Amino acid sequence: MTEILHTPLFGITLTLLAYRLAEILYRKTGFILFNPVALSIVAIIILLKICDIPYNDYARGGDIILFLLGPSVVALALPLYQRRKEILNRKLPILLGIFAGAMTSIITAAGTAWLLGGSHKVVLSLVPKSVTTPIAIGIVEKIGGIAPLTAALVVLTGCLGAICGPEFCRLIGIRTPAALGLAVGTASHGIGTARVLGENRFAGAVSGLAIGLNGLATSIIVPLLWLLFA
Amino acid sequence: MLQGLVLLLAFQFIGEILSNFLGLPIPGNVIGMALLLVSLISGVIKEEMIRETADFLLSHMALFFVPAGVGVMLYFDLIQREWLPIVLGTVFSTFAVMAVTGWTENLLDKNKETSND
Repeated sequence: MTEILHTPLFGITLTLLAYRLAEILYRKTGFILFNPVALSIVAIIILLKICDIPYNDYARGGDIILFLLGPSVVALALPLYQRRKEILNRKLPILLGIFAGAMTSIITAAGTAWLLGGSHKVVLSLVPKSVTTPIAIGIVEKIGGIAPLTAALVVLTGCLGAICGPEFCRLIGIRTPAALGLAVGTASHGIGTARVLGENRFAGAVSGLAIGLNGLATSIIVPLLWLLFA
Repeated sequence: MLQGLVLLLAFQFIGEILSNFLGLPIPGNVIGMALLLVSLISGVIKEEMIRETADFLLSHMALFFVPAGVGVMLYFDLIQREWLPIVLGTVFSTFAVMAVTGWTENLLDKNKETSND
């Protein structure tokens, strides 16, 4: 019986089932805390803990689903291509918005953690938290933070943006698809983009662009700041 | 559908190779996205060749992040040790980035709004 847990079938079925149920619940209730990604992550973690199933058993199937993230990021080229004229029309606002966001992310994440008494390594681990995972890991390894902690914080940041990013933006007067997509994509990379894509195609295109460009901006800014202060 | 998947994976593959061999800090899938965009603009790849697969993947993109999120459970201890600076730093910074980025775009963008869909 327990052999099934050692096959990819377990992780794949559990992930799809949890996500589908969460999606239905979210649609029925419209309650923002029932965000499908966040809710299914929490549900799966609780189930694994209660049943005492090791993470590695889950990951055999989970990794296969995670693999599809790669071609999905490549696929973001399609909305970018379809909306290229509207994006080129606002290239300066987009580039400067991302640059301002990248600077804000580095300074506020590290600054807040430092003010609250975070240890040196923890403060450094927060620096690339708004950047897509592979780039964030590359950055944190260069500056000497804790790579697994950064990986976890990148996911938490993404979930936060997916749960309430669009709501927060509208609350503070960020309502156009261009500004909202850029804000959510710059702050919470692919997970935020996935949420925005479901609401507005153009906002999703801009958000997808922000994943790559914020990654680029942060990986250039961090070493420069490092030279200045270290 | 299959043709689209083959193309998307091929672009990711080329992206990964470039990222590795040139030692770039940018991940292969992001390079793959840039290469596919260039190929679409130059007409080497036609939109119809990838549209079906791309739209399928994009409409389920959130799902693909779930296993990454479950992985956070491995680092609960690490987060617990200094949870206050970690959690408040992450939350405050995420909202600050959205505000600064969105306001900057709003301030500089003089275009009329786009079509909604």
